[in-house]
Amino acid sequence: MAMTLLEISQLKKSFTAPDGAEHVVVDIKEFSLTEKEQVALQGESGCGKTTFLHLIAGILKPDSGTIKIAGQEMSAMREAARDRLRATTTGYIFQVFNLLQGYTCLENVLLGMSFGPGTDRLFAEALLQRVGLGHRLHHYPRQLSTGQQQRVAVARALANRPKLVLADEPTGNLDHKNATESLQLIRQTCLENGAALLLVSHDREVLAQFENVREFAAVNQAAQEEGRL
Amino acid sequence: MTLGLIVWKSLRQHALSTIVTALSIALAGGLLMSVWAVKEQSQATFTGVNEGFDAVLGARGSKLQLVLNSIFHLESSPGNLAWQDYQDIAHNPGVELAVPIAVGDNYHGYRLVGTTLDYFTQAEYALGQKFAVQAGGALFDPARREALVGDFVARKMGMKVGDTFHPFHGLIFDEKNQHAETYVVTGILRPSNTPADRVIWIPLEGIQKMAGHDPKAATEISAVLVKLKAGSAMAGFRMDMVYNKQGSRLTFAWPIGRVVADLFDKIGWFDKVLALISYLVAVVATASILASIYNSMNERRREIAILRALGARRATLFAAILLESASISALGMMAGFLVYAAILSVVAQIMRAQTGVVIDPFKFSPIMLWAPMGLIALGMLAGVVPAVKAYRTAVAENLAPLS
Repeated sequence: MAMTLLEISQLKKSFTAPDGAEHVVVDIKEFSLTEKEQVALQGESGCGKTTFLHLIAGILKPDSGTIKIAGQEMSAMREAARDRLRATTTGYIFQVFNLLQGYTCLENVLLGMSFGPGTDRLFAEALLQRVGLGHRLHHYPRQLSTGQQQRVAVARALANRPKLVLADEPTGNLDHKNATESLQLIRQTCLENGAALLLVSHDREVLAQFENVREFAAVNQAAQEEGRL
Repeated sequence: MTLGLIVWKSLRQHALSTIVTALSIALAGGLLMSVWAVKEQSQATFTGVNEGFDAVLGARGSKLQLVLNSIFHLESSPGNLAWQDYQDIAHNPGVELAVPIAVGDNYHGYRLVGTTLDYFTQAEYALGQKFAVQAGGALFDPARREALVGDFVARKMGMKVGDTFHPFHGLIFDEKNQHAETYVVTGILRPSNTPADRVIWIPLEGIQKMAGHDPKAATEISAVLVKLKAGSAMAGFRMDMVYNKQGSRLTFAWPIGRVVADLFDKIGWFDKVLALISYLVAVVATASILASIYNSMNERRREIAILRALGARRATLFAAILLESASISALGMMAGFLVYAAILSVVAQIMRAQTGVVIDPFKFSPIMLWAPMGLIALGMLAGVVPAVKAYRTAVAENLAPLS
């Protein structure tokens, strides 16, 4: 039986609007993910999907509730420990890739490793090779096509052998062909590296490729409230 | 590796502002070290120059003028003294060596100094070092119109053994005042790196009896260079008492080093002004580090957020900014040594040409350690404000727009 990797309970996050009103963005009673599971969360823009991923990654601190990754309760951790956990346990693929423009493909991957267990040049090169960029190791992001940049982001997310990969609209900036290829690559490389995948998207074609698709509004109480309003 | 890579990439990405800021640090560091080293070395060198003598006896007047005239061959002579004054002091039991000199003529601005052979055969201009003649030359014959030329003059005027020349009257060159006498160069002195290199040495009588000079001065001299017997400090005190306090006709400048040190005391304010300017330049240069990094912080927010999202700790990014500002300072200081070497080389050349005194641009001085350390520390301090900004950068707000 697969072990639970991500366990969320009574998670709440709100922001203060410019008018001073508290705006609850995430209100999730329960959510979980097992090891190596691949789940797609479906939701429209602005429904709190990115905030949810930021909370899981430890980039944002919840107002209340618990997030357990690989048995470690994150919300009780100090920030530095959350940073460490993020670097070692979680890989993050952003919609806009967020590659460091002054760094080569290889350096982007190595830098991600350096905050985690340490740099492993051979593994970094192997990952870039795996995503089809073995011949572009020393190219800068600006010298790559959008699809290639996305693949660097995938390699970087997997560089620390994370247990969980978070993907935020990873194909949102790609054309149809590249989006399909990229999604297959993300799913395949996660499988190969034993990482679970939690992907959020509003793109029906992307969602159609997942066996396990959950409606974010069904998970997020705040989105339901928003919908009712 | 991580910090180094982040800093290196940032310096490269902001190469222009890095170079400009580092150059301002180079200028500040170079100036600071130069001002300090010139002050330190010139003071040490000038107060150490005595051509092997302890004191100078001359006409009544300023001790400093007497020393400048007879040791450094600068300034005019305060007046003459009688040959008997020379004999009196030469026979003083506390005196080891007394050498008379006479001035009053020049050759294209370089002084002719009349003296006796004792100056070359007896005096030691530095411990164990006597003036020596370069190969192929010889000391002048005191009974003939012969000259020994200082190394610097020989090189500047292209003079060599066997050449002849006509002296000019006075200490300042005026082509209308040429003497009729012809002098023959018998030797070139080996470089001593002292004011003696800038002088043409001729027999004492040559100056005394040069055509056109006052016949009454034919037995007078300009000064007596005095070396006291070892351990005869008391003799110096006694002569100071006899000549300066009890007498009113002559001046006894002793010890030479203290007389020169008085000069540096008098112009000490000038050093302070130069040092103050250097400190101000250092502060402005440091402020430029702060401004250049701080101004780039807005464009760096996204990069900082990405690094944080990858797992970088706030402290890591804080340290990276501090290291970056310290690196700019360190790069600047490397170039600062070039600025220092350039300034010191020019100053050394000017000083040598004007006084004959040589300073070494590459001589170690403690300023070469504490100026770089101070400026690097200041640079790091300048990085604190932008580092705090990096530390406080909100990650989620500066990543991609929320979906």
